[in-house]
This record gives sequence, structure tokens and C-alpha cells, in this order.
Amino acid sequence: MAGKPRLHYFNTRGRMESIRWLLAAAGVEFEEKLIQTPEDLEKLKNDGSLMFQQVPMVEIDGMKLVQSRAILNYIATKHNLYGKDIKERALIDMYIEGVADLIEMIMYLPMTPRDEKDAKITQIKDRTINRYLPAFEKVLKSHGQDYLVGNKLSRADIHLVELLYYVEEVDPSLLANFPLLKALKTRISNLPTVKKFLQPGSARKPLLDEKAIEEARKVFKF
Amino acid sequence: MAAKPMLHYFNGRGRMEPIRWLLAAAGVEFEETFIDTPEDFEKLKNDGSLMFQQVPMVEIDGMKLVQSRAILNYIAAKHNLYGKDTKERALIDMYIEGVADLNEMILLLPVSPPAEKDAKITLIKDRTTNRYLPAFEKVLKSHGEDYLVGNRLSRADIHLVELLYLVEELDPSLLTNFPLLKALKARISNLPTVKKFLQPGGARKPPVDEKSVEKSRKIFKF
Repeated sequence: MAGKPRLHYFNTRGRMESIRWLLAAAGVEFEEKLIQTPEDLEKLKNDGSLMFQQVPMVEIDGMKLVQSRAILNYIATKHNLYGKDIKERALIDMYIEGVADLIEMIMYLPMTPRDEKDAKITQIKDRTINRYLPAFEKVLKSHGQDYLVGNKLSRADIHLVELLYYVEEVDPSLLANFPLLKALKTRISNLPTVKKFLQPGSARKPLLDEKAIEEARKVFKF
Repeated sequence: MAAKPMLHYFNGRGRMEPIRWLLAAAGVEFEETFIDTPEDFEKLKNDGSLMFQQVPMVEIDGMKLVQSRAILNYIAAKHNLYGKDTKERALIDMYIEGVADLNEMILLLPVSPPAEKDAKITLIKDRTTNRYLPAFEKVLKSHGEDYLVGNRLSRADIHLVELLYLVEELDPSLLTNFPLLKALKARISNLPTVKKFLQPGGARKPPVDEKSVEKSRKIFKF
């Protein structure tokens, strides 16, 4: 039996969380080696384990993969969550890159200078309800199916539902006018593997508070 | 015979340039519709052609694809430039995401605040010579082959060579200590399709100048 994938990252969501979601949704058990001190990170770099001296890094199937998209693409393909042909993959890619753009804005909100934060939150809310959620609601409306692409679960559904949880954390009212997205969120959350991941005690990481982020910045100098 | 792909963007490199490189390298003829005024951009948005109201957008094989990675992934897969299996693809993805990170820094340089520009250039040069170029030189050294992955031309070679041209434009001396990368650049540049693209009159766009940045800012309001 192949070794479990091993994730190397900080004890935060950051750029590893989408990978945790995807592995969990695919029913893949994994281990995590958490980077807790600057020395932990230095050791990884000096080991030659990090192609660009950055994490996330995932040890999987004999490879030490870095770059979250490389890792996600590999996992999605391996577990048949990337569409049945290149045209389905094109749609999936288009959708998940839109999701990634909004996740990036939300995930990196805590790093925004304090005096710019309110403006950033306003922009995130505006993009959420005027650009991204309408685009995905429209996709679901156009075909009336239970999944975004190909009438079958794919990574697009997983990444989008992850995003919808973050949107809900920013402001639950943002989802109010998107019934099909709310239904997708419920459906996906009820899949046995996802349900397990959403329960307390799973690998899912919590939202960090301001204090924890300040701590992390001091320790890792960013 | 299928229609040629139609590229929608402003008349500059930006986020469309890697797509032009890849299509050209694959020997695919394409057309371009340039967005020259804010009205051109509004029309595209109102048409419903842009899933997230953004460009690049490429009309290809009956789809209106947005998100540069979605577009690039489709073209690469269609033209057999994405490796022979999922493990080769994982390596290609890891490499090209590293290329994309450095490319992004260089791409955004013209729009960084003037007060920050010198520091940004210093950071770019440091990352180039201490992080990215060594990583790719090491790959070529490790197998001694003519291409980055699988002893065969892939998108990884195309995207990396595009980046090497950008690095050279920034400062030619940055390439000094990377003989294998310089050799790759020469080899790829001599492929008939790439050679044609690099010639005057080819679809390749010239370096950014202040005037075109100002024009883009007016059209795209950033």
C-alpha cells in the first residue's frame, strides 16, 4: 500500500487549505508535518526538499511537489476529479481560477495594512456578489444539474464550496440571493468524505484571529 | 477546418503574452481583436463574453475561455505539450508555476508605486539569480537532456524560455552563470515555429513602455 501523502506547511489555512479539502473530499488519508519554528522551515530548505524554497510541499507517490496548483492538479487527476476530457477540464479550470482569485483576496485580508482593511473588505464583498457568485449561480442555472461540470462531482464543486464557507465567514448575508449555490453547498457538505472533513477534529484549519497572525508574522518574518 | 483562435486583449504583453508564445510555438495561427478603448471593453463585458468580466479571453473550439491558466492548459493538452502522463504533468506544473511567480513580479513592475520600484527591481534580481534560475539549471543538469521534462519539448520549455527573454531585457548579466539555461534558450529559439514568432512582424509584443501602461490603466481602470 502506498504511503500516505505528507503535507508540509504551517498550522494555518493559507495555500495548503485547498489541498486539504481536495484530499479529504477524494477520501485520501494524509499526514501533516507542521512547521512551527523558523528552524523547522530552514531545515526543509536546507534538505533540498523545496524546489523554490517555499511551502506548501507535499510528499506524494515518490515526489516532493511544491506549488499548490501542481499539487492540486495531480491529486485531482489521480482521483478522477478533473473532468472526462480536455473541454471539461477547460471549464473546470476556468471556474476554479475564478474561485482562486476570490479565495486569494479573502485569505490575504489579514495581511492588508490596517488603514486599507475596510476598503479591501468592501471590495471583497462587491466582487463576491457582483462578479463571482453570479457567474457560478449562472452556470448551475444554465444546466440545472447537481454539479458544475459534466453532471458529476469534480474539483470545481469542492473548491467552490470551500470558497462559499469563506464567504459565509466574511458575511453570511452575501449568500442570500444565490439559491443554487446554497443548495450546492449543502449537497457537497453532505457527501460522506466532506461531511467527515467538516467535523471537529478533522484536518480542516480554523480562521486565524488577528493575534495569531501577528505571532506568525513575527516568527516567520513576513 | 477549424476557425483560428481569436485572442481578446489590449495590444500589449500582459497576461496574454504566454498564450501567444504557446500558440506560436505549437504552430497554431491565431487572430487578435485588440481592446483599444474603454468602450471596446464595455462591449465585451455587456456581450456576456467574459465570465468574470476580465481578459484575457480566447475564443477557441467553440468556447469563450477566460483565465490564462485555463486557456494555457487547454492549448498545451490539445497540442501534446503537457507531458505523457500525470507524473510528467506534475513536474511540468511545478516548473511552470515557478516561472509564473517570477513572471508575475516582472509583469507588475511597471505598475508598482514609483517609490517602491528600486526595491522591487532588487528583489526581482535576487529571486532570479538565487531562487529561480538555479532551480531550473539544476533540473537540466540533473538529467543532461535537451528539454526540462521527459526528453521532449513541452510547455515548460516554452514558458521558461519566454521568462529568460524577460530576464535578459531586465539585465542580461543575470543569465551569466547559467550555461544550461542559455543553451536551452538558444535551442528553443531556433525551433522553426519559435524562430518565426521572434522575428519582427511576428505576433510577439514589444516590452512595456510608460505610454502603453497609462493607456491600459484608462481602459481597464486599475
